[in-house]
Amino acid sequence: MKRLVYAIAPPVVAVVFALAATCVVIAISGGSVGAFLSTIFSVPNDRILVNIVNQSSLLAISGFAAAIGFRMGLFNIGVEGQYIVASCAAAFFGGSGLVPGPLNILATLVVAVLAGAAYASIAGILKVTRGVSEVISAIMLNYIALTMAGYLVQRYGVKAGYTYATKDLPLSSQPLGFAILPGANDVWALTIVAAAVAVGYWFLLSRTRFGFDLRTTGESPTAALASGIGVKKMVVISMALSGGVAGLVWMPAYFGSVHRFGVPENFQAGLGFAGLAVALLGRNRVPGIILGAVLFAYLAGQSNELQRDGIAKQVVDITQGVVVLAVVVAYEIVRRRQSRVEREQVSEELAATGAAAPSGEGAR
Amino acid sequence: MSDQTLLARARTVRYTTIVLALLAILTVSAVRIVTGADRLTTPGTLRQALIAACPILLAGLGGLWAERAGIVNIGLEGQMLLGTWGAAFFAYHHGPVAGILGAAAMGLLGGLLHAVATVTFGVDHIISGVALNIIGLGAVGFLAKSFFDGLPGGGPRNLSGYGTPPTITIPGVSDGARSVAEQHWFLVSDVAAAVAAVTTNLSVLTILVIVLVVVTAWVLWRTPFGLRLRSCGENPQAAETLGVNVYLYKYVAVLISGGFAGLGGAYLTMVSSSSFTVGQTGGRGYIGLAAMIFGNWRPGGVLTGSLMFGYADGLSLLPDNGPLVHALLLLVAVFLLAYAVLKFRAEEVRTAVVVAIIALGALVWYFTTTRVPTAFTGMTPYVITLFVLSVASQRLRMPAADGKPYRRGSAG
Amino acid sequence: MTIEVELTGIGKRFPGVIANHDVSLHIRPGTVHALIGENGAGKSTLMKILYGVQPADDGTISVDGSVRTFASPTDAIEVGIGMVFQHFMLADNLTVLENIVLGAEKLHGIGDRARARIREISARFGFGLDPDVLVERLGVADRQRVEILKVLYRGAKLIILDEPTAVLVPQEVDALFANLRELVADGCSVLFISHKLDEVLAIADDITVMRRGTTVGTADPRTATKHELAELMVGSELPSPETSERTVTDEVVLALDGVTVLDDLGRERLSDVTLAVHRGEVVGIAGVEGNGQTELVEVVMGMLRAAGGTITLDGNDITRLSTRGVRELGVGFVPEDRHRHGLVLDFPLWENRILGHQTKPPVVKGPLLNPAGARADARRIVEEFDVRTPGVTTSARALSGGNQQKFIVGREMSGDPILLVAAHPTRGVDVGAQAAIWDHVRAARREGLGVLLVSADLDELIGLSDRIEVVLRGRLTGTFDPSQVTAQDLGAAMTGGSAA
Repeated sequence: MKRLVYAIAPPVVAVVFALAATCVVIAISGGSVGAFLSTIFSVPNDRILVNIVNQSSLLAISGFAAAIGFRMGLFNIGVEGQYIVASCAAAFFGGSGLVPGPLNILATLVVAVLAGAAYASIAGILKVTRGVSEVISAIMLNYIALTMAGYLVQRYGVKAGYTYATKDLPLSSQPLGFAILPGANDVWALTIVAAAVAVGYWFLLSRTRFGFDLRTTGESPTAALASGIGVKKMVVISMALSGGVAGLVWMPAYFGSVHRFGVPENFQAGLGFAGLAVALLGRNRVPGIILGAVLFAYLAGQSNELQRDGIAKQVVDITQGVVVLAVVVAYEIVRRRQSRVEREQVSEELAATGAAAPSGEGAR
Repeated sequence: MSDQTLLARARTVRYTTIVLALLAILTVSAVRIVTGADRLTTPGTLRQALIAACPILLAGLGGLWAERAGIVNIGLEGQMLLGTWGAAFFAYHHGPVAGILGAAAMGLLGGLLHAVATVTFGVDHIISGVALNIIGLGAVGFLAKSFFDGLPGGGPRNLSGYGTPPTITIPGVSDGARSVAEQHWFLVSDVAAAVAAVTTNLSVLTILVIVLVVVTAWVLWRTPFGLRLRSCGENPQAAETLGVNVYLYKYVAVLISGGFAGLGGAYLTMVSSSSFTVGQTGGRGYIGLAAMIFGNWRPGGVLTGSLMFGYADGLSLLPDNGPLVHALLLLVAVFLLAYAVLKFRAEEVRTAVVVAIIALGALVWYFTTTRVPTAFTGMTPYVITLFVLSVASQRLRMPAADGKPYRRGSAG
Repeated sequence: MTIEVELTGIGKRFPGVIANHDVSLHIRPGTVHALIGENGAGKSTLMKILYGVQPADDGTISVDGSVRTFASPTDAIEVGIGMVFQHFMLADNLTVLENIVLGAEKLHGIGDRARARIREISARFGFGLDPDVLVERLGVADRQRVEILKVLYRGAKLIILDEPTAVLVPQEVDALFANLRELVADGCSVLFISHKLDEVLAIADDITVMRRGTTVGTADPRTATKHELAELMVGSELPSPETSERTVTDEVVLALDGVTVLDDLGRERLSDVTLAVHRGEVVGIAGVEGNGQTELVEVVMGMLRAAGGTITLDGNDITRLSTRGVRELGVGFVPEDRHRHGLVLDFPLWENRILGHQTKPPVVKGPLLNPAGARADARRIVEEFDVRTPGVTTSARALSGGNQQKFIVGREMSGDPILLVAAHPTRGVDVGAQAAIWDHVRAARREGLGVLLVSADLDELIGLSDRIEVVLRGRLTGTFDPSQVTAQDLGAAMTGGSAA
């Protein structure tokens, strides 16, 4: 019971705090706090609802990609670059129509996973062999990815409106969406990828030996070493795994509505960073990540309505950023509290048993 | 005796630096002559490079301050963004000086957030930085819409029509140097071009940036304050046992860091351009971080890195720069070969071979093509940083306790 | 420029532990005073009290005749007491000068005046330090001099040195002693904490011995012998070994042949170690900490690579085998530091049951975990080893140290290992748990388990081992039969005296 409170309280407090902070910013800039709150908490219309579902799937996949890194003790800030590279590769492959019909979907997904994994491995290998921090190398790789993708599309893509993009996905390879709400857009077919990733993530981490090794390394590299886990190998593998999942991030949108890739028009950037936030918010747990993704998608979806109230929709970015900061602070406070309580319990027990072995070193 | 060896060593270092710089200029000049890409070193190009370098330099110095005190500041980008808005807002309403101060204040605010999270609450530095960047981008978009929309010269995502800092031209020198530069003589013209670039329409903000490099170096390495600040980044536990208030110094460092990043934002909106747009930084906060790493956490190194990255950045903004970038390829190949020779003589054969192969690749690329896609220049800072990190990571020495959590009372 | 310090009746209690009681110590001006005692005798606590890191519960500290209380190290520094910690407090990336003047910039600034002052002190005591060199370029001995200089720069007249020789090679020890003699000649006092008797006899003017939290006697180094000191340190009465049947067989389980281990700097941490453990035999490794025990354990477990020699386990060459490989061959491992190496504190007990056994049923099924199996087996351990816990889903962190350790020992004895490598298996564990762990080890030994036991606890070594090997500076320097060994022999061998 207490545990549940400890788990749920921080994100709830963080969300409330972030909304409050956002209200303060709005008030300072002369906007209407009341309008903001009533719009944010209004029931979304069908169109927005579908958007929220669709965006949740992208954010959740990105969250799982980041979470794999976090569970291993790696900060894969490179999800952003990895899914750019993967999306670019996948769109070139899918658009080429090398594999016919529906089979193309599967093949393209495989290409996306492989491209993301390969790109992520660069950071992993540099870390293991040259001791380069994965954070720094991944930041560099993010920008390289963006530039390269832009260049490749311009060089080998086709003209699409004012800009260039990859060739369109053949119609025969475009899956039908789920027409859940009549009158609104379809829910993208490949939102199921998010569900599959969620199940896979849970199964891998909680049920397999590999997942156990990964979690152990993340929790305590020293214990991992003593228990016989090859930590370096784990770094490369889990980085690749994280990148592989990152490769899937934009795929629901690609197959669902965009059907081509080109920066910036025919692509949705920024999902990688949002995924990090989602993973942090959800404490790298499956339900947490899903809820976090829905929350972020919900805020973004509702923000479009804010324009009506004369409030810039970017204000929800502030909310999202503050949520992340607030939630890690809240978790940290809870952690410190818990460890203090535990320490007190232990010393109480010691005093109770009265084991008075005189020991200077042991007493620290 | 030890005094003399020290002096001698200092002299050797200075001597080596000068020789290296001279060699670099010689090489650049030679490459310019060989490739015929005269625009590599025109006063206009160099001016562009300097202007591109300054925001990177400010971000890099900001990073330097924070990391010297042991706090990794990935949030530079967000703080810089806040600075762009602050500069535009305050300059529009109260003039350029207020703009500069306002930008620094906005950056400082970002720094404060980062300091509270990382120092007081012990949040992972990277997480806090990422969150700060999200907040920064959102806040700037929101603030622009709220405050600039409807102003004369303003829009939901931009603002123009505010005063910018004055510029200085040194009359005789500027024209003289310019005319020498136009002769395209070997070496002489290149140097003259550099002189012309810094004597023509030089913004006072640029001068301030250079002053800040010197001030940073002096404060961090020549004052008790700087020593204490650096000790917090090297071994906070030891500093604590010697009575240093580690939290205080970390706070100050991160605040200054944010202020510098904010100034970088001001430079972008007031010197690099005369108008504000949302998202104007375009990742320069990260390039600043890269310049700092390239510069081995030293002010002089950050300056070198920023000038180099700024040059690449400036070049990518020039019209019809395909041949220029192509010429750059030869330059890179020459530098890499020189580096490979150095490594070979230092008996690091494996590194030497790898570098030499890359250099040969660049040469082959140079000789088999006539132009290089512009996109590649934009990528240069990142590729170079990645290269430096992976080749020379054992040479780089970041502050020993950089990015590590520290809690008061953990010493003894 | 001299100082006289007297501690009287010092006492210090921690919850459940009496660290110091009735400790008295008199440091005369201009002398080297040695404080000796075994690990855990209470020396560290006493020093921390003297340096103002922790307040004493009882007793008084008087400096030059007047009673003082120290609220923080700053107070201690003010009256002229400085301390050099065993783990140096230096910033590698700063110069010698910067390290020294940090926090004391007001004295002589941070520039040339400070540089001149450092040169002056350095020259006076023969330290030979260049103020402008980066500390990272210095060796251990020079770093120690920087620490001493740091203390002197602040005007200390009494310098506390916590086991200063533990990290030094013999030549460096000689140099340090020369420096200390210079200091004393200049009027300074030195409090020298050690458990190496040769060194103490070589340098000290006065000796005070601590055992079990109190001072048990003083000795005059001019007349005292090592045997007398060793007896004072260890206590005269040794536990009599358990009268249990010998179970040692001829079958070798673990054999090390000429094993050498180097550290990062290329120094030998283990030199040419040859050792055999037989089935049903407990081989105890005795020695003062830091003499190569950790390396011995890690090289057997495959966590360190031997630079020379071979290691064989039950006929298989495991010299270059991974840790997992070694464990799969049937080696249980009770690590020295249970929090860092033995457990994942935030995992529940049943997941900790899997740790180190990721490839062995019943906790896994092929590539998958077997939670049911792991839970059941964790429950078995909880019962058999009397681990006090609400259940196996409790996180390891919530358990007391003794119960954590019992769980680890239980886990490492699961799956019928042929060898148990145990480092300090009962350190920081209450008496009840200690007895239980010993019983389990004895029982397993009867079943034919070979045990390599590293311990600093002489009771444990003598009570459990069939044979005791002494390790000193990375070499095996003596073999003893626990039923006949005396405290003097063991103490002398461990501290580099005349070996048997």
